[in-house]
Amino acid sequence: MSDDSLWFRPPPRPSHPPIAPTPVETPRVEISIDGQAVAVPDTATILDACRSIGIDTPTLCYLETLTPVNVCRVCVVEVKGSRTLVPACSRRVEPGMEIQTNSPRVQLSRKMVLEFLGSSVDLSTAPTALEYSSRYGANAGRYGPAKEAALAGERDAREPGHHHPPGSLHAETVAQPVKIDNNLYVRDYSKCILCYKCVEACGTDAQNTFAIAVAGRGFDARISTEDNIPLPDSACVYCGNCIGVCPTGALMFKSEYDLRQRGEWDEARQTKTDTICPYCGVGCTLSLHVQDNQIVKVTSPLDVEVTHGNLCIKGRFGYGFVQGGDPDKE
Amino acid sequence: MDLHFHGPDATLTERSVVDSVLGLPPSEGPGGLRITRDEGHHSLVQRSKLLPAFHAVQNRFGWIPPGAMDYICRRLSVPPAEAHGVASFYHMFTLKSTPPTVVHVCDDVACRIKGSEGLCTELQHALGAEGWKRSPCLGQCERAPAALVVRAGETPSATSVAPANSQSLLAARAADLPASADTRESIRASVPQFGSDNLRLLSRVGRVNPCSLEAYQASGGYSALTKGILQGPEAVIAEVMASKLMGRGGAAFPTGRKWEAVAKAPARPHYVVCNADESEPGTFKDRVLMEGDPFAVIEGMTIAGLATGSEQGYLYIRGEYPQATERLKHALEAARAAHLLGPKILGSSFSFDIELRSGAGAYICGEETALFNSIEGKRGEPRNKPPFPVHVGLFGKPTVINNVETLVNIPQILALGGEAYSRIGTAGSAGPKLFCVSGHVTRPGVYEVDFGITLGQLIQQAGGVAGGKAIRAVLLGGAAGSFVGPDQLNIPLSFEGTRAAGASLGSGVVLVFDESVDLADILLRIAAFFRDESCGQCVPCRVGTVRQEELLHRLRSGKPMRSYADELELLKEIGQVMRDASICGLGQAASNAVESAFATLNPMPKVAQIR
Repeated sequence: MSDDSLWFRPPPRPSHPPIAPTPVETPRVEISIDGQAVAVPDTATILDACRSIGIDTPTLCYLETLTPVNVCRVCVVEVKGSRTLVPACSRRVEPGMEIQTNSPRVQLSRKMVLEFLGSSVDLSTAPTALEYSSRYGANAGRYGPAKEAALAGERDAREPGHHHPPGSLHAETVAQPVKIDNNLYVRDYSKCILCYKCVEACGTDAQNTFAIAVAGRGFDARISTEDNIPLPDSACVYCGNCIGVCPTGALMFKSEYDLRQRGEWDEARQTKTDTICPYCGVGCTLSLHVQDNQIVKVTSPLDVEVTHGNLCIKGRFGYGFVQGGDPDKE
Repeated sequence: MDLHFHGPDATLTERSVVDSVLGLPPSEGPGGLRITRDEGHHSLVQRSKLLPAFHAVQNRFGWIPPGAMDYICRRLSVPPAEAHGVASFYHMFTLKSTPPTVVHVCDDVACRIKGSEGLCTELQHALGAEGWKRSPCLGQCERAPAALVVRAGETPSATSVAPANSQSLLAARAADLPASADTRESIRASVPQFGSDNLRLLSRVGRVNPCSLEAYQASGGYSALTKGILQGPEAVIAEVMASKLMGRGGAAFPTGRKWEAVAKAPARPHYVVCNADESEPGTFKDRVLMEGDPFAVIEGMTIAGLATGSEQGYLYIRGEYPQATERLKHALEAARAAHLLGPKILGSSFSFDIELRSGAGAYICGEETALFNSIEGKRGEPRNKPPFPVHVGLFGKPTVINNVETLVNIPQILALGGEAYSRIGTAGSAGPKLFCVSGHVTRPGVYEVDFGITLGQLIQQAGGVAGGKAIRAVLLGGAAGSFVGPDQLNIPLSFEGTRAAGASLGSGVVLVFDESVDLADILLRIAAFFRDESCGQCVPCRVGTVRQEELLHRLRSGKPMRSYADELELLKEIGQVMRDASICGLGQAASNAVESAFATLNPMPKVAQIR
């Protein structure tokens, strides 16, 4: 095949610079939120509309970079004519919608959702959820003292459709031992609110690795590898994108976990420095979280076009060389 | 998709069992070549074979061994973590080695008041912890207490035993009992009105051989389809609109409007789905229809396909109905052989076929969008609505989904004419209606009445309360329905009549409790049911059903954490958030029965609450 064949010739240079495409005018929809008239694009969700006028709607399972799953139900709002409350994060606006974001019904539902989470999940490393809880006056204690934690693997072995009847006056929780099966990150499912974000990030929304999925049913539903096998045996590629989206600290860098265990984790003493990953040519933005001159974790900003918050194992965990450590010893 | 496997290789037997469902792999290598052409649609259709493959393995081995699981994943290009997530969702699939024969004992409401607890104790003595399991309602309430004996092996079997006692169960477990050869006699017991000339929906049940297409046709079957094909889809929809038929599954949505929306939807293909996942505790009408008149279900579905421009239908039947499944399987084959299904039906240009799909033990799969996910080989988690199934349904396409009873009404409508049909019943509720009457009545069974009869009249028709005792309560509409007291027996049984009384018809359950019943115990069973059957997706239902059960347990054991009134206030708040903020009807209805009982029946008197 000779080099001058038609398909190897570059196209002729345009005689004039290309014209920028005219921005598409999205039709706007008139709605009312808490009595205030708002016009938003017809592709917007109720959450978008609320945010456009500065109404702070709580969200836990929602993230800009992921497909909304609307499972946490903390963003529910009241829409006139709707029998039930609707999730703001996924419901598209419709012309003439009349939305109440702070009615007594909305407040009660948000308070109860936060109480349900607070009474069944350890929210100690979930500052957002704790802030919402105090905002809506959630009192997780009124369901009784927490039941003792499950033994390792016990929750993972539970069968759908069966449970032990409540035998005591204690409130059932998801408490269980932390899963530590590798040196990069830990999984503390006592802190899992089952927001599905990690599953989405591991699946089609980011990594397409499918190492984890939701297993089980009802209160025993859980995030799991197949048959609950340890991560090193699973399909996990340690991109850490699940840690990046976890809203409660259930998925945590081992480095952060160890510091917290020793009582040395101190965000006030940390700095965050953005840089570019040195490994390949993609040019991912890294945010280095540094405490006492040591990198303690690496994230990437959600709003960076290159990453949308996602990294690979090298960018996320391959920072040992910066600190002069001997990689062979790690 | 780059899949990662860790488990042991599948044995030859495991492979051949999977291959019997999926066909031989396209190459010699294990799992065969990955098909790359048209990957998107191909993988969608492939994935939908996940549950059938699980069923085949479960039926053969009594559980799903890891090697078989991996092999299924390879064949269908499903990530093992997802497949595990799906299998662990359904309670008829087992992921750890289990004895081949398992007795599933129904301990739900209707069986509970007929001694199912004693049965459980006896089985525990006889078999130990393995070999039997508790089950939610098995849909045999008219013959309570009921059990299902499931035997895995080369010739797997599943047999419903009702009414069951420990001797009959142990005998059924030991011997491979052939299914009753008589196809008509056994079902007559479920239809106390048998012999009456005024029946429409039940006219063939127990009278016409359900295994004979000729007998069905001789009794007027398939004349409606012939008529429909002659009239054309628009005219069929017009008749159904005129009939004012409303869905019989519980939501009571106008069927004609549903059909019209799908017929007009621009996206293709369209699908018809028959919801035969009848799992509402106390409901068995669809089972009786499918066992007694399976061709009518198929004819109704075929007419729905004609009207909505669909070529493919799916009939999703709950896994706990072995006999109905067999009857439908046979009926589908017979209809296909007679060219009443398949290409060019009755010589017209209309082609339609039906695939039978079995559920695997999950009440939530009766929710229409959860049912779609289950057919698609996913966890039975409901989808958020909108979009509604008529626009985005099965495989993301416009789908009409109807309950069995709804579809059995369709041939009646075409035969009578929509307008004439609409005059049956009341102004707001047209047509005949099946009610599942069970509990403490003299003649439990499926009753066909015109809408508008009062609750008391229906109970009288069923012979009243057995033993002349007084009625303590009636559970109307199933576990997702509500309790009414003996002072409300004059409620007219129609959509509008029950709505006015603050109740609902639901799936047509009328479960009668006499004064001997321990209502608190019934409430705890209902609360446990919703906790078990919640899919776990949304917080209000996942945690709310647990908190509701815990609270009822506190009241029941006389150890409230705060004043009785405060506990009731908390119960109300739990109910409110489940009703307001849950994704689907399960969570939204999970407190109905409990709250209605507390509103009128005083099920857990305060006097018992003193510490």
